Amino acid sequence: MSTRRASATGSIRRRLVVQLLVVAALLSGLLYLSVRTVAATAVDTTQDGILGAATVFIAEELRGGEQGVSIEIPYAAFSMLGAVGQDRVFYRILVGADTVTGYGDLPLPDWVVTGLEPRFYTVPYQGAELRVGAVARSVLVDGAQVSVTVLLAQTRTAQQTISRQMANRAALLGLGFFVVAAILSMFTARSVLRPLSSLAQALGRRGPQDLRPVDRAVPSELIPLIGALNGLISRLRAALDRTETFITEAAHHVRTPLATVRAQAEIALRQAGDDDTRTSLRNLIRAVDNSARSAGQLLDHATVVYRSDQRADAPLDIAAVLADMVEGYRPTATLRDIDLHLALPDQPVQLAVDRLLFESAVRNLIDNAVKYSSPDAAVDVSLTVAAARAHLVVADRGRGIGQGAASTLTRRFTRGSNVSDVVGSGLGLTIVRDVARASGGQFDISPREGGGTCASLSFPL
Amino acid sequence: MRFTILSALAALWLSAPAAAFEIEEETIFGDGPVLISVLSTTDTGVFAPLIAAYQAQNPDVSVRYVVANSQEVYRAIHDEAAAFDLVISSAMDLQMKLANDGFGRAHDSDAVAALPRWARWRDQLFAVTQEPVVMVASRAGFDGLGLPQTRAELVQVLRDHPERFAGRVGTYDPVRSGAGYLFATQDARQSDTSWRLAEVMGRLDPQLYTASSDMITAIQNGELALAYNVVGPYAQARLAGDPDAVVILPEDFTHVLLRTALIPTSGEAPDLGRQFLDFLLSEAGQQLLSEAAGLPRISAADLADGPALRPIRLDPGLLVFVDPIMRRRFLDEWTAAVVQP
Amino acid sequence: MRFLLVEDNPDLGQAVKSRLSLDGHGVDWAMSLAEAEEHLAMAKYDLILLDIMLPDGDGRDFLAAHRRARRDTPVIVMTARSAVSDRVALLDTGADDYVTKPFDFAELEARVRAVLRRRSGAAQTALTFADLTFDPLAATVAVGGETRDLRNRELRLLEVLIAAPDRIFSKDHLHDRLLSASEAVSDNAIEVYVGRLRKKLEGSTARIETVRGIGYRLTTT
Ligand SMILES: Nc1ncnc2c1ncn2[C@@H]1O[C@H](COP(=O)(O)OP(=O)(O)OP(=O)(O)O)[C@@H](O)[C@H]1O
Ligand SMILES: [Mg+2]
Repeated sequence: MSTRRASATGSIRRRLVVQLLVVAALLSGLLYLSVRTVAATAVDTTQDGILGAATVFIAEELRGGEQGVSIEIPYAAFSMLGAVGQDRVFYRILVGADTVTGYGDLPLPDWVVTGLEPRFYTVPYQGAELRVGAVARSVLVDGAQVSVTVLLAQTRTAQQTISRQMANRAALLGLGFFVVAAILSMFTARSVLRPLSSLAQALGRRGPQDLRPVDRAVPSELIPLIGALNGLISRLRAALDRTETFITEAAHHVRTPLATVRAQAEIALRQAGDDDTRTSLRNLIRAVDNSARSAGQLLDHATVVYRSDQRADAPLDIAAVLADMVEGYRPTATLRDIDLHLALPDQPVQLAVDRLLFESAVRNLIDNAVKYSSPDAAVDVSLTVAAARAHLVVADRGRGIGQGAASTLTRRFTRGSNVSDVVGSGLGLTIVRDVARASGGQFDISPREGGGTCASLSFPL
Repeated sequence: MRFTILSALAALWLSAPAAAFEIEEETIFGDGPVLISVLSTTDTGVFAPLIAAYQAQNPDVSVRYVVANSQEVYRAIHDEAAAFDLVISSAMDLQMKLANDGFGRAHDSDAVAALPRWARWRDQLFAVTQEPVVMVASRAGFDGLGLPQTRAELVQVLRDHPERFAGRVGTYDPVRSGAGYLFATQDARQSDTSWRLAEVMGRLDPQLYTASSDMITAIQNGELALAYNVVGPYAQARLAGDPDAVVILPEDFTHVLLRTALIPTSGEAPDLGRQFLDFLLSEAGQQLLSEAAGLPRISAADLADGPALRPIRLDPGLLVFVDPIMRRRFLDEWTAAVVQP
Repeated sequence: MRFLLVEDNPDLGQAVKSRLSLDGHGVDWAMSLAEAEEHLAMAKYDLILLDIMLPDGDGRDFLAAHRRARRDTPVIVMTARSAVSDRVALLDTGADDYVTKPFDFAELEARVRAVLRRRSGAAQTALTFADLTFDPLAATVAVGGETRDLRNRELRLLEVLIAAPDRIFSKDHLHDRLLSASEAVSDNAIEVYVGRLRKKLEGSTARIETVRGIGYRLTTT
């Protein structure tokens, strides 16, 4: 069964899965980045909020006076900076341009600090990154307006830690999302492709003769495909119908005149007196038989070859079929006083083989055995099961296959050298061999011990 | 008069002269080839059993143990970058300042990881003991009066009997003592009662000290009827058999001082410092601190037992009163309250 | 025997009819299904010989209708198609057997015989001559009550001879009746079968007589 495989240009499912995965990966990445950004912003905002509140808290306590600016740093202002994490705290208070207390080297912003609302900036300081809140206040000192600047700074370790944790969570979230999306995309791909594969299965399950149009309910995307398929099927069916009709009619038109000729020849033979006429009438009849035989065998061989491409049907009880066929052949054999003996196993023998192929092979084997036996002989047909194989043997006590290789007898139109007196086309064993090949079986023909021929055909069960 | 002296001292401290820091005692234990230098505010005698135990575990380490007062300890590290591998001080604010300003090394170990959150700051400052700050009263001094259990009661009794307590109350001098300054500032931030107390005490001509032991001695020899803000474990140890002296944990709130350790960046053998610190925090070290040195171990459970016990928080708030302006401001106010004209 | 031949090809129909008549059978010939129905309505047949492709329909449909009507006349189909593809289908429709055109009349007769034997309900066919009772369907001959089995060719030889006792049948005629026209056989084949049949008839008052130079005949002693 050499069904040609279509070449694949990649798999839809793989493409679908890959695309879905890429989308999932992009979304996961986006999710990760956005969660991270939002988290980082939130963390920064939190830090700025506390830092700003503390800065303003200090600024609120600034007082003017006659001696100068009175500075009081509320304990809580610093203490609250420890609320989120344990970050280092730096501060600097300037009156005008002079640092009056705190860390004199704490960098000033590159903008002018003004206003009631704190502003923030980030600077490196003592090997760490600082977030600095800055606010300015004007106070009256000795009747003059003096600007006081408060810088309050904090390292960002806690923020970074929280950010890192959040980033990890975000990464985990992204990963989880990706995994879920990946699993879903597999499911999606499968369910999207399910109608397609079930359609393929339904078509594959069809028998060789089943050329009905496909009428399954399918998703709308598949309707054009079904349409095209049905078009193809109907064209194929039409072509097959035409071929079958042609063959049938051709056979009819050839065989009917042949039958007429043969019948008339037989009538003539009955009435003919002299031997010459009788001989030529006999030759005529043989010629008719020969050409009919050839036409029939050719047709059968073609049928066998055509059926070989189809898959085997449901298992067949070959024992029953064999018994039936032997029975059908008995009248022909009896005509020559040949006894057909049949030996079958007790149980049915189930074999996944096409019935037509099997019958063609058996018919040709029995035909040969009977044909090449002399009258009054016996032909033994037996079916046995051994070593997980079914063995069918047709053995006769006829003239034998003579000299020469038995294997050449299976060639097309090849006949033995000792059978010129028997009608035949030389296609019978070719058919048997082709059936064996198509069904995974094995055919063998050999001389029978004690004279005659033994043809055996075996199939794996 | 006293005010000028105090001011002068304050000015002197602020100007931070370049002179080498002043040490009180220096002892070298053992003669191992490896040397660890420890700078501490705790008396050598108190720490000796711990050093001995540490050396039993590490026989080749000799320990140089230097004692100085807390401000000198701070100065040694902050200003002079003196080569010490471990600094243990009761002045939490100054230790905090050192850590905040980057004078500490990071340390991470199982021992420090096991510390409660309130007992450490970042990976630099670690509490090794927790010591309640108490009042010590003489029964004789309070004869006929109820012993005060809160600051408010103390204010009341002092105000009602000025004649009896004049010249007979004592407390730390925040100007000269780092611990005294810490206690006073924590008092001040904790409640207004403490300012009233300062004023009431100011009217009674209080005695000012630089060490808890001196106050305990003064109680014992009858000079004082009440000592306020005494480091508890010292008092408990010294007054264990004294029928007259009573140690009172104020019920409104009792500060708990955390003696903290820091591994300075200036040290030459920081890993030994870490090792010694881990030893102090180990079960054996903690037990020795509690039992041999009389310095209570770090224990969240013990704190939970006394609802008024509040460990001084290791947070940036401590930096506030280290600020020179704030210090001057506080001391001015305090002096104005206590040292009455 | 009486046959109904249903065949639309006039040449073939004529030839088959003549050929069967030569063997002494009565043949009615219908050229369409309708005609066949008419014949069937009027007479009773031992067997119907049915062609598949007929002008007014498919022989298989006729067969199906025939079976549905529970008419039990056996049917042998003459098919022009290949043997394999039609076998199962034809037998399924209810044909008793089939022959593929062109067919050997000897084989056709053998199949007819087989079909009739299978249908044991067929009419009594036993023939008697002298002390012989011959039952061609059972393939037996009884000699004075003693039954003897006959091989096919002996049976057919006896059948030919007993149909016309005392008539002399030429060797050629017997050859044509006994052996397939396309079969190559030895010249003395008929002598062999006559010899065998004589053996089977031993002890009978009937005997096969050799008429030298002409042929054989069945006669009594
Ligand atoms: N049972 C047999 N006894 C003797 N020879 C046989 C037998 N079977 C096959 N052969 C030989 O093998 C040859 C090929 O057989 P095959 O069946 O292919 O052709 P055929 O019988 O001559 O023609 P047909 O195609 O009509 O059957 C025969 O011609 C014959 O020589
Ligand atoms: Mg053959």
